[in-house]
Amino acid sequence: MFVLKLVLKNALRHKLRTILTIVGIAVAVMSFGFLRTVVTAWSYGVEASAANRMITRASVSFIFPLPYAYRDQIARVPGVTHISYANWFQGVYKDAADFKNFFPRLAIDPDTYFDVYPEYLVPEQEMKTFRAERNSCIVGQKIAKEHGFSIGDIITIDGDIYPGRWDFVVRGIYKGRDATADETQMFFHWNYLNERIRELQPSREGDVGWYILTVNNPAEMSSVGRTIDAMYLNSRAGTKTETEREFQQGFVSMSSAIIRSLEIVSFIIIGIILLVLANTIVMAARERTTEYAVLKTIGFSPGHIIGLIGGESLLIAGIGGALGLALTFPVAGAFASMFPTFFPVFNVETITIILAALVAALAGVVAALFPTIRALRTSIAEGLRAIG
Amino acid sequence: MKIPFTYTWRSLWTRRLTTVLTLSGIALVAFVFASVLMLSRGVENTLIETGSMDNAIVIRKSATSELVSQIERDHANLIKTYPEVALLPDGKPFVSGETYVIINLLKRGSNDMGNISVRGISPEGLQLRPQVKLSAGRWFSMGTQEIVVGKNIATNFNNSAIGEQLRFGDALWTIVGHIDGGGTAFDSEIWGDVEQMMPAFGRPVFSSVTLRLKSPEMFDALKLRVEQDPRTSYTEVKREQEYYKEQSKFMSDFIRVLGLVVTIIFSIGAMIGAMITMYAAVANRTREIGTMRALGFRRRSILGAFLVESILLSLIGGAIGIGLASFMSLVRISTTNFGSFSELAFGFALAPDIIGWTLFFSVIMGIVGGFLPSVRASRLSILNALRSA
Repeated sequence: MFVLKLVLKNALRHKLRTILTIVGIAVAVMSFGFLRTVVTAWSYGVEASAANRMITRASVSFIFPLPYAYRDQIARVPGVTHISYANWFQGVYKDAADFKNFFPRLAIDPDTYFDVYPEYLVPEQEMKTFRAERNSCIVGQKIAKEHGFSIGDIITIDGDIYPGRWDFVVRGIYKGRDATADETQMFFHWNYLNERIRELQPSREGDVGWYILTVNNPAEMSSVGRTIDAMYLNSRAGTKTETEREFQQGFVSMSSAIIRSLEIVSFIIIGIILLVLANTIVMAARERTTEYAVLKTIGFSPGHIIGLIGGESLLIAGIGGALGLALTFPVAGAFASMFPTFFPVFNVETITIILAALVAALAGVVAALFPTIRALRTSIAEGLRAIG
Repeated sequence: MKIPFTYTWRSLWTRRLTTVLTLSGIALVAFVFASVLMLSRGVENTLIETGSMDNAIVIRKSATSELVSQIERDHANLIKTYPEVALLPDGKPFVSGETYVIINLLKRGSNDMGNISVRGISPEGLQLRPQVKLSAGRWFSMGTQEIVVGKNIATNFNNSAIGEQLRFGDALWTIVGHIDGGGTAFDSEIWGDVEQMMPAFGRPVFSSVTLRLKSPEMFDALKLRVEQDPRTSYTEVKREQEYYKEQSKFMSDFIRVLGLVVTIIFSIGAMIGAMITMYAAVANRTREIGTMRALGFRRRSILGAFLVESILLSLIGGAIGIGLASFMSLVRISTTNFGSFSELAFGFALAPDIIGWTLFFSVIMGIVGGFLPSVRASRLSILNALRSA
């Protein structure tokens, strides 16, 4: 109890220094939490994958199409319950240089797509009008808010992969069922795309980007995948069937070098936290060399000295860490609203909070190490003789 | 009268441990700051060097890269007849219609997939890029299903050795050589005969047309001609260098913005570190300051001396940071370029202006961290300072 009181009094002795140290740690912990959030947001697609969904795409790379005819063949594979399909449309909305204008635009099958993606919630009435109208589209809540789309608006897209000018009428706005669902996409009728491309480039009629299937039993996934890929092994368009998780992981691993460097930087931040804190504790301990000698003289054990220095270090690290964590949330929120589509889902994960708290605690321990050892090694006579 | 510089130097030396801790903090921030700028510059340089000022590339309007562009064969032939296009010694137009797709290969020693660009190229296309040299094996023969593989692909990806075969499109392609693009984006491409690749991919159209200008000044005339001809007005001409620069924009901006935001946030940490050090320096030296004031040094000199001390500290830290960052230029990164959605190898590029910015940033950290403590030092009253323990 006495040690605790002394720790608190010690920490308050140089109020300015303590406050500065706390702010320094808070800022560093915040940037650590923020960077880790960027890293986790990168792989949001992996986290959002459903356990029973699989993707079949062209084996060469996903820019190559698959024939529409595969649809019925794949649907007959034992274990497959639902099948749907989609094409990556891309296109340019307004000015391509501003990446706020970039959001995924997919041509989908209106009748089956929302069966395989039950996490996208569309009001029943809106779904009905969307299905009935050929050139209509459904947009995610986030981009609807960002660009001010409302029902009945026309979105004009300049085609690139599919040339031409494309007008879509907004007939629905979907919401995500949970926090991990991507609310930044735009969906429209695959049939509409197919009809127009038939006139323009007949050779591309019936091209499907990828198939999405759900299976009965997740344990059957690898056998279902092998069966499908074997069916097309020697065909013009070979397939690669993988779980949605693996498919998403593939995209994430493309930028693995970037993710790794972000991770390295986040470790450098730990170094900065440590330096700031160590600096303060080293200074404090040096100034109090005489006091420690006095404490030892009147009978306090080395354990008390360890408690004094370590306690102060942990106290400062704890307050700074807590403050930093509290700051992480508004900063992440601000960043997410600045780049609404680049990271469709940008949430501070529990693991990030745990890691940041651990980092602060670790810094508290390590920073106290050196000055404690020095204080313990200094003999009483030497300590009493020391001048601040 | 000014306080001698040796005083500053000696005070830093006396409190070695604190000095070293503060220095390391500033050096770390400077290191990350410089590295981020170097990486962003590296992406830009790699792509700018890929394009040549003498060449122009024609892609479809609104296409952001070759990957999503389509040019009709007839129109490519039309472009060949334009008078701004240079001719080869044998009188043929110096034009290459090319097809460009991406295929997936696995990175060596991991399960990471890369998007590798495959470029179908014509004999003229090889001459359009004289910087690309053969580093092993031989060139592919026109009219066969042979390919050559860029240096970066050969070192970083599976199935890329000479003699191995890759299956994509409708055919099996044999690797017969490795090419060295001299650090450009071509190091990360696979090349083969365009006339073999188009049917294999089932593509009746080119992705892009690259041509040599008679002289670089003729670019504007060509641009006007392409825009005004109704048959080619759906396309857009860009200088090759300009085109590749655009491909780097998203990636280098992303690295710079994210990197700088993070560096600036945690530079606050380092500034606070410097501030703590300087406050402690002032507190420890209260009597010293009193003595100096009694000797006749003015408040201004005291302020100056302490500011110089913290600027010196930050300059040394900045220099150490740059020194460490310069080692990063030995590192090369191969990853997906967001702009073109294909694999690209690039390094950290150090440039004089990056050194300048880093030192400037360090000095700012020193000034911000040192100003308030210096003001406190200069405000101390002589009597109180001399009386303090």
